[in-house]
Amino acid sequence: MLDVADPRAAKDARSPKARTRPSPPRIRWGRIAAWAILIMVMLITLFPFYWMLRTSFSSTRALAAGSANLLPVDFTLGAYKRVLGLASPAEAIAEGGSSATLNFWLYLRNSVIVATITTIGQVFFSSMAAYAFARMRWPGRDAVFLLFISALMVPPIFTTLPNFVLIKDLGLLNTYLGIVLPGLLMTPFAVFFLRQFFLGVNRELDEAARIDGAGHPRIFLRILLPVAKMPIMTLAVLTYIGAWNDYFWPLLVGKSENVRVLTVALGVFQSQTPQGSPDWAGLMAATLVAALPVLAIFMILGRRVIDSLGYTGVK
Amino acid sequence: MSISHPSVRLAGSPGRRRRRSDLLPALVFVLPAAAGFTVFYLWPAIRGLYLSLTSYNVFTPPRFVGLDNYDRLLSDHLFWNALKVTAEYVLINIGVQTVAALLLAVLMHRLTRSLVVRGVLLLPFLVANVIVALVWFWMLDFQIGIVNQMLDWLGLERVAFFGDPDLAIPTIALVNTWRHLGYTALLIFAGLQMIPPAVYEAAAIDGASERQMFFRVTLPLLRPVMALVLVLTVIGSFQVFDTVAVTTNGGPINATRVIYYYIFDMAFNRFSFGYAAALSSVLFVLLAGIAYIQLRLTRAGETDLA
Repeated sequence: MLDVADPRAAKDARSPKARTRPSPPRIRWGRIAAWAILIMVMLITLFPFYWMLRTSFSSTRALAAGSANLLPVDFTLGAYKRVLGLASPAEAIAEGGSSATLNFWLYLRNSVIVATITTIGQVFFSSMAAYAFARMRWPGRDAVFLLFISALMVPPIFTTLPNFVLIKDLGLLNTYLGIVLPGLLMTPFAVFFLRQFFLGVNRELDEAARIDGAGHPRIFLRILLPVAKMPIMTLAVLTYIGAWNDYFWPLLVGKSENVRVLTVALGVFQSQTPQGSPDWAGLMAATLVAALPVLAIFMILGRRVIDSLGYTGVK
Repeated sequence: MSISHPSVRLAGSPGRRRRRSDLLPALVFVLPAAAGFTVFYLWPAIRGLYLSLTSYNVFTPPRFVGLDNYDRLLSDHLFWNALKVTAEYVLINIGVQTVAALLLAVLMHRLTRSLVVRGVLLLPFLVANVIVALVWFWMLDFQIGIVNQMLDWLGLERVAFFGDPDLAIPTIALVNTWRHLGYTALLIFAGLQMIPPAVYEAAAIDGASERQMFFRVTLPLLRPVMALVLVLTVIGSFQVFDTVAVTTNGGPINATRVIYYYIFDMAFNRFSFGYAAALSSVLFVLLAGIAYIQLRLTRAGETDLA
């Protein structure tokens, strides 16, 4: 199973010694062409981000005439003002926006609440379960684990429809609880991922603690969680980004204004702008602002996220 | 695992007796996750199967109708259309993405380990599908999108990327390729780093060319990684929904009514929950079958490295 199976192997493979390889001193042209391709790919990757930026600083009115302009057309901060609710309807319409507003701060708060609760709950409860699977002996352990893991194979939509019915029957439609509940206690991936790491943690630590009379809760909280801080952080970052970007589930159960998250709000905002002349500057400002928190997390934890891809491997 | 199991060392010692009483604490530790699993994975899976045998509109209790839904599905041309459209999407998306990501990973492996390069390539993956869809919807706009503007500069005809029934699916497939390319490349890159350099040294001594190294060394050794990447990206690719939902809404004329969107539409716009459940059961069986075939074909569990 890729490198998930043994994190230590992955670490070894990344050690500097493993990376060096004698490069044959020939065909410099090949190398130049290779660099050219890599740079091309990076440009294609980055250009849409630039285009969001360029459009968001333009006036929607002027975009049609200035569509060939690579710089912001008729530079203005109007789009951001519209998105953040700082512009009056008259101002908005003058710049080619619509009276449709994005109640940005509310949706931002909702996204933060949903992603934070999901991440904390999912990571904590999944690590408890992973501890029981990796560090305790009890009858039926492997069977239960296998059952958990088999759910990785089920396409989400298969359980999404009945889950929607359940949330509706519980009267939890359009509540935070309804949005976070299905992912709050576990995901099969999180349990699987953490169990792999807990299996690899040196047992002498907890044997020593046990002899000192520490029980499982203490060993779990004081020894295992601190030792496995890195993988837990990695999982938390991935869970947070995933929850932040989720669209399908919150669209089903949380469409009402008071719990609407940013992704759903963007979809609504897009469908509300007039089809003939959408408020592109407003839309791009909104998408940029909505993407900003995740991009900020990435800037801060970038290295960890990138390195973690090696061992999450199969997510 | 190289760590010897403590219970083996301590067999017969007091440590063993303490281990036996693990059942109670273990239940406490597993309880929250087990509850989550039972309520939100196991139970809905069973309930989904049952609902697929009923007529159910969410407002009145489900009525058992046997295999009627599955019968209806066989003659539902929109269902077959959805399968066809989805298959087309998956083929383009996975085809382009896998080849491009493999090449990109090999390029990176040979050229640089720069964190900046990897960070840039990962960037699109961090942004929500909805955002990616909106940005490309704007860039590919027929009238004032920059891509059509560029086509103009090159003296080419403008293209209605999302409006042309023949182009809508390839367009959506490539937009999502843009989002996943860097991520997939980094997964493969991680796999490449596990290939021992000695293998390449040996090949170089034997006078292998770049091309030979790629096809005779890299590719075969990468097989288990590629197999897993493929299984997962294919399953993910079948779930395309967000992009369609914010751009074409299934149009023009059902050209992008992919299976996920069709199920969503059935359940939440037409309130045919029973039928939607039957559709998702079929999708489940289909995906399980595809995953099984892929794993068999690629012998994913085995490695040539050991």
